[in-house]
Amino acid sequence: MVAKMDKSATDLLTSPGVSSLFKSLKLKTKQQELLIRVTILFLVYVLAFITRLFSVLRYESMIHEFDPYFNYRVTQFLTEKGFYEFWNWFDSESWYPLGRIIGGTLYPGLMVTAALIYWTIRFLRFSVHIREVCVLTAPFFASNTTLVAYFFGKELWDTGAGLVAAVLIAICPGYISRSVAGSYDNEGVAIFALLLTFYLFVKAVNTGSLAWALASAFGYFYMVSAWGGYVFIINLIPLYVMVLLITGRYSMRLYVAYNCTYILGMLLAMQIRFVGFQHVQSGEHMAAMGVFFLMQVFYFLDWVKHSLNDPKLFHTFLRITVTCAVGLGAIALGVGTASGYISPWTGRFYSLLDPTYAKDHIPIIASVSEHQPTAWSSFMFDFHILLLLFPAGLYFCFKRLSDATIFIVMYGLTSMYFAGVMVRLILVATPAVCLISAIAVSATIKNLTQLVRAKGKASHSASGKGTTSSKASSKGSLDQSLPFQRNGAIALLLGAFYLLSRYAIHCTWVTSEAYSSPSIVLAARGAHGNRVIFDDYREAYFWLRQNTPPDAKVMSWWDYGYQITAMGNRTVIVDNNTWNNTHIATVGRAMSSYEDEAYEIMRSLDVDYVLVVFGGVTGYSSDDINKFLWMVRIGGGVFPVIKEPDYLVNGEYRVDKGAAPKMLNCLMYKLSYYRFGELTTEYGKPPGYDRARGVEIGNKDIKLEYLEEAFTTSNWIVRIYKVKPPNNRSLKCVGIALLISSIAVTMSYEAAKLIPTTSSELWLCFHLGKARSVASPGFEKLI
Amino acid sequence: MREIRFDLLLLFIAFYVLLAPVLSDLVISKLDRRVDLSSQMVRTTTSLKVENNGVGTVSEILLPFPDHQAKDLAFLMVTISEGKGKIKGVSGSLPIRVVKPEETPPALSWYLVSLPKELGKGESISLDVKAVFTHILRPFPEKITQADIQLLAFQDSAYYLSPYAVKVQTLTVKLPEPKVESYTKLENTKVSGSEIKYGPYENLPSFSYTPIVVHFVNNKPFAVARELVREIEISHWGNVQVTESYNIHHAGALITGEFSRLDYQARPHVRGASAFRNLVAKLPPRAHSVYYRDEIGNISTSNLWGDSAKTLLEIEPRYPMFGGWRTSFTIGYGLPLQDFLFQSEGKRYLNISFGCPMDEVVIEKLVVKIVLPEGSKDISVSVPFPVNQLEETKFSHLDMVGRPVIVLEKSNVVPEHNQYFQVYYKFNSLSLLWEPLMLISGFFFLFVTCIVYMHADLTISKSSASYMAKLQWDEVQTAIQQFQNIMNRCMTVHDKIEASLRDLSRTGDVQACKAARKAADSLLKELSKELKPLLSFLQSSPQAVQILPKVEELVAKEKELQEKLMLKHSTVVDCYEKKLGGRETENRVASVQQKITLLRQEAEDLFEIIDEI
Repeated sequence: MVAKMDKSATDLLTSPGVSSLFKSLKLKTKQQELLIRVTILFLVYVLAFITRLFSVLRYESMIHEFDPYFNYRVTQFLTEKGFYEFWNWFDSESWYPLGRIIGGTLYPGLMVTAALIYWTIRFLRFSVHIREVCVLTAPFFASNTTLVAYFFGKELWDTGAGLVAAVLIAICPGYISRSVAGSYDNEGVAIFALLLTFYLFVKAVNTGSLAWALASAFGYFYMVSAWGGYVFIINLIPLYVMVLLITGRYSMRLYVAYNCTYILGMLLAMQIRFVGFQHVQSGEHMAAMGVFFLMQVFYFLDWVKHSLNDPKLFHTFLRITVTCAVGLGAIALGVGTASGYISPWTGRFYSLLDPTYAKDHIPIIASVSEHQPTAWSSFMFDFHILLLLFPAGLYFCFKRLSDATIFIVMYGLTSMYFAGVMVRLILVATPAVCLISAIAVSATIKNLTQLVRAKGKASHSASGKGTTSSKASSKGSLDQSLPFQRNGAIALLLGAFYLLSRYAIHCTWVTSEAYSSPSIVLAARGAHGNRVIFDDYREAYFWLRQNTPPDAKVMSWWDYGYQITAMGNRTVIVDNNTWNNTHIATVGRAMSSYEDEAYEIMRSLDVDYVLVVFGGVTGYSSDDINKFLWMVRIGGGVFPVIKEPDYLVNGEYRVDKGAAPKMLNCLMYKLSYYRFGELTTEYGKPPGYDRARGVEIGNKDIKLEYLEEAFTTSNWIVRIYKVKPPNNRSLKCVGIALLISSIAVTMSYEAAKLIPTTSSELWLCFHLGKARSVASPGFEKLI
Repeated sequence: MREIRFDLLLLFIAFYVLLAPVLSDLVISKLDRRVDLSSQMVRTTTSLKVENNGVGTVSEILLPFPDHQAKDLAFLMVTISEGKGKIKGVSGSLPIRVVKPEETPPALSWYLVSLPKELGKGESISLDVKAVFTHILRPFPEKITQADIQLLAFQDSAYYLSPYAVKVQTLTVKLPEPKVESYTKLENTKVSGSEIKYGPYENLPSFSYTPIVVHFVNNKPFAVARELVREIEISHWGNVQVTESYNIHHAGALITGEFSRLDYQARPHVRGASAFRNLVAKLPPRAHSVYYRDEIGNISTSNLWGDSAKTLLEIEPRYPMFGGWRTSFTIGYGLPLQDFLFQSEGKRYLNISFGCPMDEVVIEKLVVKIVLPEGSKDISVSVPFPVNQLEETKFSHLDMVGRPVIVLEKSNVVPEHNQYFQVYYKFNSLSLLWEPLMLISGFFFLFVTCIVYMHADLTISKSSASYMAKLQWDEVQTAIQQFQNIMNRCMTVHDKIEASLRDLSRTGDVQACKAARKAADSLLKELSKELKPLLSFLQSSPQAVQILPKVEELVAKEKELQEKLMLKHSTVVDCYEKKLGGRETENRVASVQQKITLLRQEAEDLFEIIDEI
């Protein structure tokens, strides 16, 4: 059967029609090849764009997830108010009462890019909405990335590899996950900038041209303006240069490329306010500077060697100079660190180098799901066959080692390591994996087709001569040298195409099923297979926007901060820009305290509404109860009164009858399950059955004293509570105070309540509050 | 509330005294007043029969309304009734204007109705006065909880307020539900179901006034739009796009206390009786591309039905609307142009309805914007009631000077205002082509620039080494391409020779074979002649150093191949002429044949190598 198929395949290849086609192609090869290449690139460009539009077609043209809402809000501000207003924007709607200096605490690349696109389109007299521009920015840049991947592949290997790389990266799920339409996040632009910078740098190293180095510096500038991941570039490039120096590949080209890129890139990067002088002051950027000085030493030594012409003397000199240089560098670094001029590495950097670091030291980083170590399944999910092709590509790279291939090997290996540390960094590894796999695919297919074509030609030229014995003998002799070569080649070729087609199918499936849901609108299949939409988030945010006072402050866990400000247009206490750990810990503490203690905290923070996300009715599992342990941990990290074991029973986290008493009475539990005990969620289950956790809740009789239900969405996913004003409470206080007839305590309590500014007073506040909560049931009746 | 009523009472007693003798030529002989309270608007229909008992003729009738009602008077229409309940259309409505008769106190607003013909002595006329008031129903209590029902208070006079004496009059108050909390009891008051009847009262002098209050249950939607902006954009490509932005709130009793979703879900009609869930918009037939969204995106809770007479769009706000809650949204739809745009006397005119397509929505401020296509001239508007008119310019896709926009503003709009209005303008159909032409030319110039760029030489230094090298390399490349071309032709000639040999073995036509060879010979000679200058150029060019040996090798191989072929040809032909057997011929040729195969193979390889460069 196989033999028959092979035969038919060779027939096809040797048939006169095909051969004449080959010949006719050969006539104007250059133009025709160019035409085919441009057509393929254009198709890939379009493909990369349209494959990211699933979510627009399924749902609507909307912004996804959490961070993009902030970016969208900022972009709106930028297009409405102009650049200078944007730069000086102090946002009082977030981090109440601290506020946030937006211009100085963000990477403006994405917003400025979107605004520029918007203004250009407006200038061309197309009246589009800024939302459309924001939604389509990521797919647009993904398309551009395919072009860069093509040129990069061409630079690394050949045009074939470039084309394959463009196709692979256009549909690679690892990249699509962050660049579907609506995913208006820094990464969407940054991956383009990253790959562009790398490509331009490799081009600069290959040519030694100042122009390319300059372009690379500008690429780096764009990357710095777009994403904090630029730290990867500023460390990878020195590492690469270092490796070249060690392997004796130092050249003038490298010298020109690195010096120009580094110096100019550094100066340009300092123009971004959020980055500022970090390039000369932060430990994370010191490697680049060290390598820069090392290059100068290398150049100097080269010059000395050239002019000295005495190996022995030169060796002595070399030893002295290297010792001096290393010593000086170490002293400078030591002095800089000790004097505080050079800041030490940040926690995020440490957590990259040591995956367990964040879990022990910075719970707020560890609490983010995309900062978890990557599981094998997600590698397979995001890379599919690329995971297998990656080592093969590395083999080809090592086989044809050059400056460029060394770069891609290093990029691939380091980014693969980081991808293993954090799920979200799969994104950074994706271009490298695609490029290396493209080299593997291109080289393999090229080898195989050469074999097949050589055979085809031989048989063709032989068959042209009719059935002469000589032909048979010549053919036989060739075949004998490599038995089954042609068959094997064809089989392998078919196998390769099969794999690639599986890859394409997998990518489409993943994109449509996993990465194209906007997470703000949840969809499920109903009982009859119809699609049910849970639009509860927007219901709640829009309710906030319309039916609360414009200056209302909303407290929620930080995940929803950006969405509340962007969609609800209300001030929040904490949001996704987790710059102030203490503030977040305060909110975490309020959520994990008893209601009266929490009330004091909320009063001190001026909170009017509390928003919790609850999935018990719908079975939506990423709700606040499931995140609650992180609130406890983060709160406990700053305020030692909150202790994680209080919320656990034998180290187990439960919400049913066996749950810890503190758990059953803390604010988060109360707000999530308020009046839930009266609701029957599932047929055949007792009322108060939590579908997200599959248990019957432990505390069904929840009374709220200081809060009242203000709004609950139709599927109970978002619940909003109003914090009651304190007027009747102070009366009660006075009553209690009179009853215990301790005027001194009353006075100090009143004082504490009036100005709860310093922490000691706050403590007093909490302390008294607790005492009262124990006493209150009896006294309330008296009053 | 009670204070106000008391004040009013005093006021009217004052009138009574002052104005009784004035304006008494006319007498209302029969009057029926119906007050419809079944929605948030108060609709009063008054049928009155006016008699002229004076001396002179009368051509005008005065209709007074108390100021507190007049400020909420949204719509007033007077028609002549002919027979029972038969009312002429809108066109039959009589002209009304606001007047301020002298010697009248300021607490009344006066409307003057001009009669179509003068009323002589003893003559009478029957009129229907239709008035719609908004905002005069007061929720009482003003704040209710989620579980409470909404109670409203309505106050009016049991007697018709008129400057003329009224002989017989009745008043009927229609309630939405047969549930009355309380009502003012006078003589001749009857309650039957959801109707309260006052009267008949006979022979009342002018300016009679007796206040009544009805306190009743009304859970009808109290949807009030603070502002509605309707944008009607005409595209002469066949579409009228309507975009309506609503800013709605529930103007009934405010909700206080908790909103419990549990209660609302369990018994929505009890624990949420005062809330409204949905609104129905009655769109014109053949409305298409309907959308419903707000500032933060699409709202998925809407339904659409359509038949040949209308399209019904049922929209549900994101949350149930309780008293005092607000929401805002936008609905949009396209309409076929030919249903709404007509031509008359060289002008085009748009004929479309003015108000909001939703019944039972009161609009405090309605802004209707009509966006005409770019280049429209001589614009005029005709609206059946007074509106504010402004002009604007709007820039849309590919607009250079902007589209003229007519803005019509009107406050306090009720469904009765849902009448057709016309916008007349002149527009040249050829202007339609302007925008596509602009696009086409834009792309055209883009491509032209690309072509120019590809062909232009933008090098700054024409004498630099790299530039020269590049130029030379280009030349070498073209030369090599030509060379390949020639080589390929050589190969085809070789194939021809082989083919002629095969023909020979089949047909035995020696002459034809010889002729073929001659032709091939001459062709090859020509080709080698062509090849010579190319080769000499490649030899001279420094850029071609790398490729030259291969080229030369190929040329040599080709020569050899040619020779061998010729040799084979002559041998075979020889054999044929000598009539030797096939086997012997094959033997003779065999060695040559092997060489040819080898040479061919080598030539092919060389071809590929050159190709790759």
